[in-house]
Amino acid sequence: MSTFQIDFSAITKRRIVGIDLGTTNSLVAFMDLTGPQVIPDAAGSALVPSVVSLNDDGTFTVGEAARQLLIDRPDRTVYSVKRLMGRGVGDVQDELKLFPFHVAPGSENVIRLDLDGKLLTPPEVSAQVLKQLKAQAEHFLSEEISQAVITVPAYFNDAQRQATKDAGRIAGLEVLRLVNEPTAASLAYGLDKRKDGVVAVYDLGGGTFDISILRLKDGIFEVLSTNGDTHLGGDDIDNRLLSIALEDVASEWGEDLSHNGAAVQTLRRAVIEAKEKLSFVPATTIQFAWKGKVFAREITRELFERLIAEIVDRTLQPCRNAMLDAGLTAEEIDEVVLVGGSTRIPMVRQAVETLFKAKPHSELNPDEVVALGAAVQAGILSGDVTDKLLLDVTPLSLGIETMGGVVSKLIHRNSTIPASATEVFTTSVDGQRNVLIHVVQGERELARDCRSLARFDLKDLEAVPAGMARIEVRFLIDANGILNVSARDMRSGKEQSVEVKPSYGLTDTQVEAMIKESFEKAEADFAARQVREAQVEADTILNALKKAKVNEAWFNLTEAERLKIDKAHNELLTVYHSGTHTQIREAIERLDGVSRKLAENLMNTAVRAALKGTKIG
Amino acid sequence: MSFPIADHSCWRCGQTPEEENESASLFCRFCNSLQRPVPDYFAFFGFEKHLSVDMDELQRRYYMLSRQLHPDLFTRATDTERNYSLEATSILNDGYRILRDPVQRAEYILKESGFDIGEQRSKDVPPELLEEVFELNMALDELRQGDADALPQLEAARDQFKVMQGEIDDELAARFREHDAAAREETRQQILGTIRGILNRRRYIRNLIQEISKEFATRTA
Repeated sequence: MSTFQIDFSAITKRRIVGIDLGTTNSLVAFMDLTGPQVIPDAAGSALVPSVVSLNDDGTFTVGEAARQLLIDRPDRTVYSVKRLMGRGVGDVQDELKLFPFHVAPGSENVIRLDLDGKLLTPPEVSAQVLKQLKAQAEHFLSEEISQAVITVPAYFNDAQRQATKDAGRIAGLEVLRLVNEPTAASLAYGLDKRKDGVVAVYDLGGGTFDISILRLKDGIFEVLSTNGDTHLGGDDIDNRLLSIALEDVASEWGEDLSHNGAAVQTLRRAVIEAKEKLSFVPATTIQFAWKGKVFAREITRELFERLIAEIVDRTLQPCRNAMLDAGLTAEEIDEVVLVGGSTRIPMVRQAVETLFKAKPHSELNPDEVVALGAAVQAGILSGDVTDKLLLDVTPLSLGIETMGGVVSKLIHRNSTIPASATEVFTTSVDGQRNVLIHVVQGERELARDCRSLARFDLKDLEAVPAGMARIEVRFLIDANGILNVSARDMRSGKEQSVEVKPSYGLTDTQVEAMIKESFEKAEADFAARQVREAQVEADTILNALKKAKVNEAWFNLTEAERLKIDKAHNELLTVYHSGTHTQIREAIERLDGVSRKLAENLMNTAVRAALKGTKIG
Repeated sequence: MSFPIADHSCWRCGQTPEEENESASLFCRFCNSLQRPVPDYFAFFGFEKHLSVDMDELQRRYYMLSRQLHPDLFTRATDTERNYSLEATSILNDGYRILRDPVQRAEYILKESGFDIGEQRSKDVPPELLEEVFELNMALDELRQGDADALPQLEAARDQFKVMQGEIDDELAARFREHDAAAREETRQQILGTIRGILNRRRYIRNLIQEISKEFATRTA
């Protein structure tokens, strides 16, 4: 006898989308039969500005509509939140000076944005962008989307990655993989189809800069090294132009507008427009109209390049470091790929070409290429793409703080992930019951110069004389670049409990609470929508009844029939405002049931009227 | 190729390969599910425990195994298989990193063979280097006191140490071949002891080179 084997994985196979959660814009893409495709919104645009505005009723406006609100409601509208992900207030002093929104006290480990009294963390804000993308994909594909690949800058540290994953969870998405943006871009280019070789991906986005060097062989994309700066991008160019323009305006008008949120956002838009134009024309004008006054300043590409030269220069050292770590010279790099909107700037292209001595690729839209690559990775995870495999690396060394605050490195930067290290810990005092391990990320020798990642507390150790305990701790960086720690008592062989205290970012409990809140809200929203739909239905029947009651059909009913209808009518009116959608629907059905005769009478009257009408006509 | 598998029988179907050499893969030959891996780098790559490793073959096997074990391929598998895939791939990556570097590879074999190789941070200068190290420290002191005349001397010292390091690497390669060719376990252990001494000297010289380089770096920065 043979048995049928049901492949449940095939039945429950869900689509995985690829998401580029960018500083300035975000996109969602999916794997079509022909290849990766970006998903447009109803208006046909695939780019969703990463801008979130809090409405008065507690709901959010996201994307293009929110971008308009940057000017009208600058204190409740958040942009470039990616720069705040996984950071504490001490890390972002410079950008906070230019942001119009406020930061609440107690933002040391997680920034809490104060939008008119409502506190929001960066993952919650990003979750709103993700929800928008999710809805856009669901609408376009006509199916529920619950799993995604999300891209992050290659140089993102553990906390920044974790924050991105948290945002996905809050948005109701299972984040199956975080992929590094430059690596995703290399997937989208399909360079592996041409030939094996070494590729450098130069990614200058809105807020971050990454450089990755990859070896391509038989469909394997092996990252050899990566480097970058998570605080360097188009935003810095905008900010430089903006601060100069603000000074110019101040000297021309004798009015300092730098503390006026709406004015700053209007001027910000004007300088961005000028910046974008300068990629195509040799000169343009910064136009700024404010309260009846007009400011116009010509800017040439030459001046623009002088202003941004230092920013472009700052991308070159990471490129050299990456080549050094890969053990390669510029001559050994076969292809260079440009990613990110800022690589449209001719000066950036020129700098890349000079450094790598090769004409860079820019055939694919630099705004879309990362999302397209994320969709390819989603295809790899779903099993639809079988000829490609990404082997990525961890951008920063992982170490533990030892005596005297010195870092002992366990996993070196540019190690292929998943990567692991095992270390044995012991106690230094008789009867010591716990050991605290401070884990840091970075290249410096002292822990205080590195990024604190978390403190791991080995708890409830068996009380033994000093130095007798042997706890084996395993540090494992997974394929998302996120650290997992497990411990084992070597004497008993038993699993040792580890309590994690992240230095930056949300705890698991906090994320759970946010998911719950967002879920409860979603439930409330859903219930409200169902009630609204039932009310609309009720309106139809109530209107019909109102008209019928003045018709002769109403008077053709018996007294008892009219009483029944009136009773059902009153029942519906009672639940109309206070009932659930089921109660309203039930009342509608009851009223509908007792009104059949009335409907028939109405029909007959209408037919008679129509017949009469025919005769007359 | 023989993979080391932690458990003798499959975690899912419970069947056991009849012979040891039957476990030619990390996947159960009966139900094809991924098994719990053991962190033995040489066995993982299917190599003899030799100090010399064919680099092209190592890379070929690394890519081939990545295509079988990577977590990307287990997104929709059971939790157990997902965990084993993560474990196996971290062993694969860690192993690749260690085996492709001759010094780390030798240290790994030493450790596996019971030698204590823990960071020998001893301040004891190898006797044959006493003179050079003495002069180097003098030059470093002068430089730190602001005497830039010591720079060329330091550069010469660095070049000299680099030559020494090259010689040591040649010697290591020779000892590796000797070890791999030795028939008797005793002989191999003896050679490993010699290699351990060479590695200590190499580490000492590498640290000297790094110290000089750091001095140059701070000066040019």
